Parts: sequence; structure tokens; C-alpha cells
Amino acid sequence: MSEHAIEVILNGRPVRARVESRRTLGDFLRRDAGQTGTHLACEHGVCGACTVIVDGEAVRSCLMLAVQADGRKVTTVEGLEASDGSLHRVQQAMQDAYALQCGYCTPGVVMTLAAALEANPKPTEPDLMEALSGHLCRCTGYQGMMKVAKRLAGGGE
Amino acid sequence: MKPPPFDYFAAHDLEEALEPLAEGGGDALVLAGGQTLLPLLAYRLAAPTLLVDINGVAALQGISRVGDGVRIGAMTRQATILRDPIIAAQTPGLAMAARFVGHTQTRARGTLGGSLSFAEPAAEFPATALALGARMEVRSRDGARTLEADEFFLGPYTTAMAPDEIMTSVTFPDWGPDARVVVHEVARRSGDFALVGLVMASRVEAGKVVRTAISWFGMGPTPLRSLQAEQAMTGQAVSDLDFAALAELAVADTDPPDDIQASAHYRRTVARRIFPRLARQTLEAVG
Repeated sequence: MSEHAIEVILNGRPVRARVESRRTLGDFLRRDAGQTGTHLACEHGVCGACTVIVDGEAVRSCLMLAVQADGRKVTTVEGLEASDGSLHRVQQAMQDAYALQCGYCTPGVVMTLAAALEANPKPTEPDLMEALSGHLCRCTGYQGMMKVAKRLAGGGE
Repeated sequence: MKPPPFDYFAAHDLEEALEPLAEGGGDALVLAGGQTLLPLLAYRLAAPTLLVDINGVAALQGISRVGDGVRIGAMTRQATILRDPIIAAQTPGLAMAARFVGHTQTRARGTLGGSLSFAEPAAEFPATALALGARMEVRSRDGARTLEADEFFLGPYTTAMAPDEIMTSVTFPDWGPDARVVVHEVARRSGDFALVGLVMASRVEAGKVVRTAISWFGMGPTPLRSLQAEQAMTGQAVSDLDFAALAELAVADTDPPDDIQASAHYRRTVARRIFPRLARQTLEAVG
């Protein structure tokens, strides 16, 4: 099995590591980079919990190899808050709407919504609902997430 | 849910990618978008000795108008298909199909060529390629060849491509400016594979059907054309068509699976219901 030296720009800082070819990006983030905010659940691309932002796009980190992230910018939930510690507006909206229960799926949901707002600062509610359809919440806490979609639609806080 | 060990090679051009496939004797697999291959690895349903990553091959990108249609690089992302202006203008049915493919987070990486090469029987792009008469260009170290959609899908997850071939582009021929294509599917959840899906393309001139193609997905081991219904419609006046009878004829050409997702009876029942609606959408608004 081949091993590869990679450098990932993780939340603005370069992280170098030597990874097995079979290492997924999600496992790299948690085990090699020590950033455990990204949660792995199904590990086969169904649940959306492990969603991170790679070069501006929300992707499932269990469906990408760590070696494929070499040279790319990866943002995880650890990288969202501002330098003064204030929450990203998606995080704030999630808190305000009580849009989390056990919290396992939450980092993925937050990253999907953050990527959607980055791509389009004034998304419609259906745009955000469509983006959210890629996430499973086994607490079935969808009502709160739908409130967040409503609040963030059109660029609202 | 961890992939088994394999070697990994990132190809920079097509020649670099084709060489290990030719030498690998089927144990080397191509890594395109990875949105199907990585789950297969996680389940250990695939055990390649080598993954050849073609994400860095520039020759597999690009969308352009060609003589009789639009040529789309095989590594074009599903997300790109949704927003590309040339596709929207030249072959909007493909963009309509892309809306049903996976989710935002998988469309960001999943590709057109990957989806066609995987040939999931309930997937959207294979049925769309079949209905619209797409041509797949594939290459191996020994050369290039072009495969027509109706000779491409041989069975579930089985295509006419050899293990040492890579799909390089897909050409969707023009159906003419007045053609209408509609894609619809019924699934339990957004982003799931279809329980029943239908692609219908039609051209109507002076109130008569001059050309139509009907292609089902999730209704058999491959995407399936309904040739009997197409023949019955072609040349007829739209106002004379009996959509319920045509639906019966169209469904007769399917072979739906009976599985944990839905019974064959249910799939046929849904198919009979959605056929008249799609037929009206492609035929009656133009006339």
C-alpha cells in the first residue's frame, strides 16, 4: 500500500502529514490533524455528518481520500468562528433556533449551510432546504434546522 | 467501514492513466468522483490493488458545442452540469436529470462519466443518455472508440467498456430547438435512487409527433427504452393520442425488480401514473 506526503491548508494553516493511500479525508482530520469537530457516522456517504468545505464546496469527507486533499483548502467546523471567538452566523442561527439535539450531525449541517451562504449570500429557503436534504439527523431534529433555513434565507441573520 | 489497502496513483494526463490500467489486468480501478467507489471500498465490495486518480487530467474536462450537439468531458462534475449555460441551452434534459442525482455534497465531486460507467440501473444519467442518444467516447492504451448509448448498458453495473478503458467524453446530440425533454422520478427520500424514473424526449411539428424517446430507470436491469410505445406515437397527431393506452404499452417493455425498496407491482403502478403526465408535458405544450 502506498503512502503519500501531503500538505493540507486546514482552517488557514498548513498541516503536513504522511498518509496511507486508503486514509479518508475524514479520518485524516480526526486522527492525523487532531481536529475532532468533524464527525464520522455512516462512513459511506449517506448521512452527511462528516461534511466539510474543500475549496469552497461542501463535500462528504468520508468520500474523499486524504491524499486527494493535498494542496487544497479545507475548512472544518473548528475554522468557522471569527478570531474574536464570535460565532459564524450559521452557528449563531443554529443556537438561536435550538437546532441541535445530540449534536452528532450538527457539524456537517453547519458546514453545508456555511458553504451555501459562501456560494450565494442571499439564498432562498428552498435552496437551503435542498442543501439540507443531504443530511440525516437520527434525533429527527429537522424542525429546528428548517427554522435556521428560514432565518438564513435572503441573507437574514 | 474502512477501505482495504491499495496503492494510489494520481495521473497528470490520459497516457499516464491508461498505462497502469493496461498493465493492471483488471485489478486497477479508475477513481473519478469517488462518490460510488469510496462507499464500495468502505463496504469492501471492491478490492483493487491500485486506484488511478483521474481528477487531475485536464483532457477529461470541458463542455463545448460540436457539430451536432454538445460534447461534455467525462470528468465534468454533476454540480457543473446543473449550472453550465451551454448545457442549459443545448441539452437541458441533462441538467434536469442532474437535480435528482445525489445531494449537493456528492454532486460537488460526482461526475457524468463516473455515473455512466458505474451503470446503476436506477440512476438518472444512464437513462438520460439512452433517451437522448448520447455517444460515449472511451480510450485505452490501444486507441479510442465511440459507443452508442443503446449498446453501452449491458446489465446492472455492467457496460460495454473494457477494464482498461476510460471514458473521455460524452456527446449529447441536438434534438432541435423545439424538442422537449422531461425527467421525473419517484423516490422515498430526496437524493435516493429512483423507485421509478422516466426520461421522455419529444419533438412535435404541426401537431404531430415527429420523434420521441422513452427511457425508464429503476424499472429493469439497465435503463430501458419503450420502443413499442415510441412507435405507436410517432407520426400520430398529439390530439389523437390515448395516453392511458400508451402508458400500458410503455410499461409492457419494462422488467421492474421486486425488492426490499418496492414490489414490481408498485413500480408498474407508479409508472402507469407518471407516464401520461410526462407525455403531456413533452407533447402538448409544443404542438
